[in-house]
Amino acid sequence: MQTDFRRPKLEFARVVAWMTVCFLVLPILVVIPVSFTSKRYLSWPGTDWSLRHYESLVGEGGWINSIGDSLIVATFAAVLALILGTLFAVGHWRLSNRITKNLRLLMLLPMIVPPIVHAVAFYQAWSKLGLLDTYPGLILVHTMKALPFVVLSVMASLVNLDPRLEQASRSLGATSRQTLRFVLLPQVRPGMLAGAIFAFITSWDEIIVAIFITSREVYTLPKRIWDGIFDNVDPAIASLGTIMILLTLIGLITKERYDKRRKTIEGAD
Amino acid sequence: MPTQDESLVGPRSIAKPLLPQNAAYWFMVLLPAGFLAGLYLTPVISVMVRSVTEPVIGFGNYSVILENTAIQSVLGKTVYICAVTTGLSLLFGYITAYAMSQVPQREQRLMFLLVILSFWISVLIRTFAWIAVLQPRGLLNGMLIGLGLIDSPLRLVRNDIGVIIGMVHYMLPYAILPLFANMQTIDRSLVPAARAMGASPRRAFFTVFFPLSLPGLAGAAILVLIFSSGFYITPALLGGGKVVMVAEYISVQMSETLKWGLATSLATCLMVVVLALTMLMSRFMDVGSSGGKTG
Repeated sequence: MQTDFRRPKLEFARVVAWMTVCFLVLPILVVIPVSFTSKRYLSWPGTDWSLRHYESLVGEGGWINSIGDSLIVATFAAVLALILGTLFAVGHWRLSNRITKNLRLLMLLPMIVPPIVHAVAFYQAWSKLGLLDTYPGLILVHTMKALPFVVLSVMASLVNLDPRLEQASRSLGATSRQTLRFVLLPQVRPGMLAGAIFAFITSWDEIIVAIFITSREVYTLPKRIWDGIFDNVDPAIASLGTIMILLTLIGLITKERYDKRRKTIEGAD
Repeated sequence: MPTQDESLVGPRSIAKPLLPQNAAYWFMVLLPAGFLAGLYLTPVISVMVRSVTEPVIGFGNYSVILENTAIQSVLGKTVYICAVTTGLSLLFGYITAYAMSQVPQREQRLMFLLVILSFWISVLIRTFAWIAVLQPRGLLNGMLIGLGLIDSPLRLVRNDIGVIIGMVHYMLPYAILPLFANMQTIDRSLVPAARAMGASPRRAFFTVFFPLSLPGLAGAAILVLIFSSGFYITPALLGGGKVVMVAEYISVQMSETLKWGLATSLATCLMVVVLALTMLMSRFMDVGSSGGKTG
């Protein structure tokens, strides 16, 4: 009965919505057939499909090295961001006064400032400190860029946590270290996990600062893709893209399963 | 390590009078804040400092920005592309979010999954895919020629069209997701109630639903504007040097012509605009809750 009132307008919106969703997804999926072309250049595979561009990923093009570099940088950046961000979020939750609220804005700044400004800033600063084209240089930048996401997701997991839990734990004789370990940590663990994943992907995907502050010593995957697009629109990028689409899809479906399971567990309580 | 911003680390003196057990929490807050103050704020602030000290002390760089016609046309192009991108993203984002909030749950979940999927795919892969589709020998032109609709390939990259397509593609999820979140909070029985009271579908939508969705719309608009104003990847790759927006112009000043004064002053302007937009946005939505990644 209720939906009858809406039907006509919704049908139009629904068609436009599905067209928009197709616009979002279909062009990306184009990389899948393109990745199987047997030709050296970007083209539709026609009748002769080939795996040569997948082979070139593990071959001499240096793709494997770049995947390694990206893994190193993203892992260190995610761990550092996770530690610093969790510390801040828990401290902020407990103190929660005007000063920490202002400091929170500072922590969120790297998410807001445009990446090209970061590129200018860190190119200048790192050249003075001798950090250009080094692992620590890129890891530090990525840590800072990822910090806001860890802070936000850990804070989100603390929003509904009663601060009296901590008082209760303390009054029952737990030291503050024990309280942290056995009361707080289990509560913030989901937020930490989400924050760490977000931090890792932020670094894994980051390209703009990497273009400016690294050259040959540190050669991350996005930078190699960037160069590959500029040089000759290398079809190997299509096979890489296919793999990344598959991984993203697996990740999203896993998350959906996990959420659903958690919802049913919470519902059963 | 430069630590000229000690004062920004946080007034330690205030920590003293509190109970000793709070000291640990202050340490937890101040360690990451100090890390950012030293390694993040200092480089960013020195960008602003350099913009008024190089090549000479003063606001010379800023008057160049106001007078130079080449820069004016870059800024004009940036405003134009941002306006069109934001307009299109909001229009289609709004309709999509609206439909998503009304359709049955299974359909809603599928749409949501597909939007999120495109959101998570690396912007480089997406831009690469658009090149494969749009380039003169690309799939779209091949299809159109194959169908006999056109004789010679359309020019879809290295011009405004290519950049706008690529940018709308990137920005749409940033419009859809906050709009959808906002629409989820609108009471589903209001529109049917207005209809039952005799309002036409159009009137029920525009006097009841639309006003309630305005905060989401404003938030989404500013979010998209923030990301598009400093966008670099898509204009650089799909614009192919023909469509130069401010971020790419800054990079050229920095790495090719080495005009650091100009690069830093333009970066400062961009940062001021984006921070002002962020403050505006915080009126409409909780900045913390939207999250996201930047291109």
